[in-house]
Amino acid sequence: MNRPKTGLLVASLVLAVVALWALAPGLFTAHDPIAGVPAEKLQAPSARHLFGTDAVGRDLFARVVHGSVHSLSGAFVAVAVGLLLGTLLGLLAGSAGGPVDDAVMRFVDVLLSVPGLLLALTVIILLGPGTVNVAIAVGTGSVAAFARLARSEVVRVRRTDYVEAAFGSGGRYPVVLWRHVLPNSLGPVIALTALQFGMAILAISTLGFLGYGAEPPTPEWGLLIAEGRNYLATSWWLTTLPGAVVVAVVLAAGRISRSIGRSTA
Amino acid sequence: MARYLLRRTAQAAFVLWAAFTVAYVLLQLLPGDSILIKFQNPELGLSPRQIQEIRAYYGGDVSPLESYATTLLGFLRGGFGYSIDTGTPVVERLAEALPATAVLAGSGFLLAVLIAVVIAFAAGHSRTSWIRGALLAVPSLFVSVPVFWLGILLIQVFSFRLGLVPVIGGSALQQLVLPVLTLAVPIAAPIAQVLARSIDRVQAQAFVPVVAAKGASRWWILWRHVARNAALPALTVAGVTFGELIAGSVVTETVFGRNGIGRLTEQAVNAQDTPVMLAVVVLAAAVFVLVNFAVDVLFPVLDPRLRAVTG
Repeated sequence: MNRPKTGLLVASLVLAVVALWALAPGLFTAHDPIAGVPAEKLQAPSARHLFGTDAVGRDLFARVVHGSVHSLSGAFVAVAVGLLLGTLLGLLAGSAGGPVDDAVMRFVDVLLSVPGLLLALTVIILLGPGTVNVAIAVGTGSVAAFARLARSEVVRVRRTDYVEAAFGSGGRYPVVLWRHVLPNSLGPVIALTALQFGMAILAISTLGFLGYGAEPPTPEWGLLIAEGRNYLATSWWLTTLPGAVVVAVVLAAGRISRSIGRSTA
Repeated sequence: MARYLLRRTAQAAFVLWAAFTVAYVLLQLLPGDSILIKFQNPELGLSPRQIQEIRAYYGGDVSPLESYATTLLGFLRGGFGYSIDTGTPVVERLAEALPATAVLAGSGFLLAVLIAVVIAFAAGHSRTSWIRGALLAVPSLFVSVPVFWLGILLIQVFSFRLGLVPVIGGSALQQLVLPVLTLAVPIAAPIAQVLARSIDRVQAQAFVPVVAAKGASRWWILWRHVARNAALPALTVAGVTFGELIAGSVVTETVFGRNGIGRLTEQAVNAQDTPVMLAVVVLAAAVFVLVNFAVDVLFPVLDPRLRAVTG
């Protein structure tokens, strides 16, 4: 029982540190993320520059720390879009039943049959590139997962005795939904939210890498890796270290999601 | 069985039609007129009448419903319209890009299944708890790695550090190794996860100790008895991951500079080439629907217990 808890502790710590990076980057690095020191360009990681420096002498660690706010806020928007639209669709399908249920869930099937990245790219053609648009595009891809889960939870909870009792004692539909069905369906939804948060960070960095997200010189994580590609032969740290940070954050989100899922199951 | 096939076919056709419609509506919502953007450029010196003719050529001068119907009919006949970017038929561009991606995605999928089977069976066979734990943690690591970063990392290690795979040039096979590995890793993760869980479930069943009591070795039980029963859930997941192969090829082809459907998609997004994007989305949905259809139909063939239910 001891091992899993260590994993959870490390995961929480990783997310806490990255959240602090986003809130108060100045506490973690004194270097400027945008203005470089040309004399110190392309230095390997050292005590002075933890993650080394890039081609114009910017401190890579400072760029990763200052970039966290873009990835985290983007992931928040994406998850909010998916959670809100998906849960609404799922609630609607699960509580209305009948033909409405069928229609909504067939629509969700269609969303599931198109790979997330292609759906996101279609939304980007529609909205154009940019940080917020990328977040919305990524969120669209998670609507289906949230809708399915919300529906199955609503259907499950609705059959329980206490919900029957609430209806029996004269509870109106929206009130019962809000007071009884929603709180009891929340556990698995929160677990999925944590998981989707990690997946959103992954997807946002991918779209950033492809060049649809933030504009240079914004230190967005995917963009950092894309910029580092030109120095693959000489400067391994430019691509390896920002990517390792992304992996750590996504792994941490997944770990936390699993422990929430286990404790509420 | 015939009724089941018929219902399943209708369902598949419906999902395809709906995917087409959703993508079509999304792409038609574009505020800008991509034809005007391209041809109204004063440098081209086109008169309004000529632009009108170009619009008619691309089918842009009819009502939205009419244009939807024409496009849908075109898709049914296998004509996907014309690329706005290059002016050539979308079918030609797809046909040009498809073979390379089919080779990449096909080999990627096979390697993914191989990796998944090795992980799941090693975990199922292992009695040392920390080795087992480490093996079972591999899939969560695999899904948490950005595909583009993995590709770059592989280039760095195998091409620049070890010099095993040439960066430029090299045989077709050499050029395929790293992209296939990159594509396979995220696909292997969900298959390995489900297969490992499924093996655990089957191993807990009563027939396993019976076979062991008869003197079968652990490998024999795992391979001959457990594997056959554990394969079905993994097959379902393998079908679901098929759609991700096309998405994965967008990133993989960009990182490795390969031509194919992924590259075509990226170019379509950059040029707001909606006919090409529509065709790619429908292609991905079609692959997904067809593969899952095949999986569903194969189920009763592989598992005699299911024949009575669906027949």
